[in-house]
Amino acid sequence: MIERMQVGLFIPCYIDQFYPQVGLATVEVLERQGVEVDFPAAQTCCGQPLANTGCLEDARPLARNFFNIFQKYEYVVCPSGSCTAMVRHHYEQFFPGDHDFEEFSHRVFELCEFLTDVLHVERIDGKFPHRVGLHQSCHGLRELRLAKSSELVAESFNKAQKLLGSLEGIEFSELTRSDECCGFGGTFAVAEEAVSCMMGRDRIFDHERAGTQVLTALDMSCLMHLDGLLRRDKKTMRVMHVAEILAGREV
Amino acid sequence: MPTPHAVRAARFVADSDRAHWHDQALWFVRVKRDRMAQSLPEWEALRETAAGIKAHTLSRLGDFLEQFEERAIALGARVHWARDAAEHNAIVLSILESHDVKKVVKSKSMLTEECHLNPFLERHEIEVVDTDLGERIVQLAGEPPSHIVLPAIHKKKEDVGEIFHRFLKTEAGASDPKYLTEAARQHLREKFLASDAGITGVNFAVAETGGFVVCTNEGNADLGVSLPKLHIACMGIEKLIPRAADLGVFLRLLARSATGQPITTYSSHFHGPAAGGELHIVLVDNGRSKILESEEFRRSLNCIRCGACMNTCPVYRRSGGHSYDATVPGPIGSILGPARDAKKYAGLPHACSLCGSCTDVCPVKIDLHYQLLTWRGEIGRRGLLPWSKTIPMKLLAFVLKRPWLYALAGRIARRVLPLVPRWLLYNRLNDWGRQRELPQIPKHSFREIYERRQRQSQ
Repeated sequence: MIERMQVGLFIPCYIDQFYPQVGLATVEVLERQGVEVDFPAAQTCCGQPLANTGCLEDARPLARNFFNIFQKYEYVVCPSGSCTAMVRHHYEQFFPGDHDFEEFSHRVFELCEFLTDVLHVERIDGKFPHRVGLHQSCHGLRELRLAKSSELVAESFNKAQKLLGSLEGIEFSELTRSDECCGFGGTFAVAEEAVSCMMGRDRIFDHERAGTQVLTALDMSCLMHLDGLLRRDKKTMRVMHVAEILAGREV
Repeated sequence: MPTPHAVRAARFVADSDRAHWHDQALWFVRVKRDRMAQSLPEWEALRETAAGIKAHTLSRLGDFLEQFEERAIALGARVHWARDAAEHNAIVLSILESHDVKKVVKSKSMLTEECHLNPFLERHEIEVVDTDLGERIVQLAGEPPSHIVLPAIHKKKEDVGEIFHRFLKTEAGASDPKYLTEAARQHLREKFLASDAGITGVNFAVAETGGFVVCTNEGNADLGVSLPKLHIACMGIEKLIPRAADLGVFLRLLARSATGQPITTYSSHFHGPAAGGELHIVLVDNGRSKILESEEFRRSLNCIRCGACMNTCPVYRRSGGHSYDATVPGPIGSILGPARDAKKYAGLPHACSLCGSCTDVCPVKIDLHYQLLTWRGEIGRRGLLPWSKTIPMKLLAFVLKRPWLYALAGRIARRVLPLVPRWLLYNRLNDWGRQRELPQIPKHSFREIYERRQRQSQ
């Protein structure tokens, strides 16, 4: 028997608490690719809210815990570009000169990039006959480089869109601002509530104009903010995490 | 407690039509920039080269400054060194007084804004007229610029009509840009002709030649220093580049990034004084060598003041330049501000969703959003975070460090929250809920469901 690849599942705290269906979809997507998934229950949060507020000393023990919990896995996979970027791009300050951590950080992946770059998945079986608006969550886009950002002059690519695009019947919305921030921004969403909500509504307006039926993203946090606005404004547009669509969930 | 920026931003956003107009006006510039950048296949290589030249220059800035001084003097210029804004202003005043100058025309210079030169000279009974159209508009309105390239971008043409009606006696209610521009032109012509001295900024100073370049779209720098005999050029010490050949890299990047033009209409090169005239160059530090010492923030001195980070910033576009209350607003201003006065500008690094668009748009590859994040940590380290941020974060950390407490707190919250009446849940202190619904609370967390699933499969 061939030994199956085992990955440590890193579920962001807010997905654990508010969006368990996204975590389950992630497990299913990975298992269907023949991967053995393990969720270590000692995990809580990567510490990004603390670090982004400037409370680095409060974040430090969480980074330590994270490393201790996940170090043993061959790969760590997370259904969030932002939380993955926190570990891969911003943890280094907590582990200066630590080669074990340096090596480990390259084994932490966002779900879609794990599928395309590690498992070399070319297509996902299934169908999704809807017009989908893919929101480019910023940290996945500009820190993990999961797609080409609109500012750069380079060849176009988009890892999530490539996977989604293999689903039967899916259509994508054409936006006027292809990758503008939705305004979530962690504590920014409440600290700069007025600007944050204006940014969110502007994104929604762009998607409405483009005919988006289902708004999706690599980060549930962006979608939590956008969904909050959609529901308050009584709009019919639905939000779904990319993992849910890839797992074959119905709208 | 909201930061001063958040308070001012909320005020700006409250006028939804104007905020959207402001956002669209700047996005239009961003789109023009994209078109220009995309037309150069070597764009990323240019950015890389520019960043490399800047890093090299900053690594031996002292040597290059001395070289520049020596060459500039050889060309007949007089070079002055100013440690800070006060010294800069005193130097400019003494030059003007020694020539008995009463009227000065000035082309755009963020440095003189930073040093608050205008009010200083006015206190000494010297008239200073900003000759850049946008700068003249805000000068007449008695406001600081709200953008470093487009100083009056927050003014609609109707606003300009009102200001000109008041000060230039144009027709009441006029808003035709052509008519208003012509009025400004006539008004500025008189000022140019009557001036005793011209002050300019400097976009690039070249160490190997001792010359410098001023970029304008209106030709006002040329006019301002061609008529009077006295030219004073004020520059921050970071404006230096080593060779004339490097100019090609920066001039190609600057206008494309700033306004989406292939090049500014006028790139005026100055090498020594005009025949029969005098040229003074004032080299200003004003905190720059302090930034140079810092490993983390040194790269912010790469800035060529193109304003692209402002045009692309989703927060700046929706909050307006004045919401930053700093000479340089937007992403780069939120780095330079705290470097100048960490306490006063402690809130600025938080006026940012960390989207990183500024980092990708910057023509000299300043890692802007990383620096903003680094500043947040630095502000925390210096104890400048308000308790309204530190206490909740301490509590959060206490819970997150204990997986059992985290799981328990979640379980309790999921039980209790659905029982809380809406009016209580969406209370005045709930900033999330003012315009947004909270997430719908599920019965079970992922970890609870996963655990059950694992048990069943065994």
